[in-house]
Amino acid sequence: MDPSENHLRNREKGFLQKMTSDHENKEKTAVLVLGCPQVPIQTGIALYLISALRKKGIRTVIAGNRAARSLVEVSDPERHYVGEVMDIDRYISEIAEKKRDFGFHFIFIHNDAGVSYAATVQAITGKTVVALIYGEHFQEIAGMITFPCEKIAAKAVHNPMPLKNKLDEVLPWVVSNL
Amino acid sequence: MGCIESLKYEIILRDASFAECREYIRSGCKEYVDVDPGFKIFDKHIIGIPPISIGFDGDVITFPFTKPCYGTFLMKVEDHDEAERIRKSASGKKK
Repeated sequence: MDPSENHLRNREKGFLQKMTSDHENKEKTAVLVLGCPQVPIQTGIALYLISALRKKGIRTVIAGNRAARSLVEVSDPERHYVGEVMDIDRYISEIAEKKRDFGFHFIFIHNDAGVSYAATVQAITGKTVVALIYGEHFQEIAGMITFPCEKIAAKAVHNPMPLKNKLDEVLPWVVSNL
Repeated sequence: MGCIESLKYEIILRDASFAECREYIRSGCKEYVDVDPGFKIFDKHIIGIPPISIGFDGDVITFPFTKPCYGTFLMKVEDHDEAERIRKSASGKKK
């Protein structure tokens, strides 16, 4: 083989190895987009989901309004689970302006506004978002979602277990397929 | 949307669905354009289920405004420069 051809092949091989390595080393991130915290289970499920995602090697960011963010931060004062926290308007602004990109978008939905935020995130990113749908009217709310979306829904208002059990069932699939 | 809250606005509908807002704008405004979620209005990205209609009656802009705890409002704000900017930059369906 021509030595220069061999050199080019080795360079190409090295370049491909670097690309693969960069891809593998790129940290996976998920954003949890919190809704209005009027439904009690939201904060507990958010902390549980952060823990579950962390076990899968995924770093999480919380986006929400001040009340939703404060509930999460007060619930985890030593920051064992909660990492970066950001305002929901800033989150929308940063993904719309392509300043931030997340591997997974988990949207907490219990009302019409939650559906609007999920539709907005899906339209801006083009990704399949994960909708966590709960509350008294979860079926009606789930029926309003007609855009590409992975729905995890349960009638959970005060008791988080129905939604926690659904999360346990589908999270491994969600993390490996989206 | 701090900027919008500081404007002189009128609320037309409270706790409305997106279909209601769209219907109101398309049937009640002299002109409208459709935009995608994330489109900037008054320097903030609009939230909603596409297509999002924005209506005009001269310089008066009618648009939906969503907050996590309060749902969606349909609002009117008079602003000549912003109305012109939206008319020019919106690529969606127009009436």
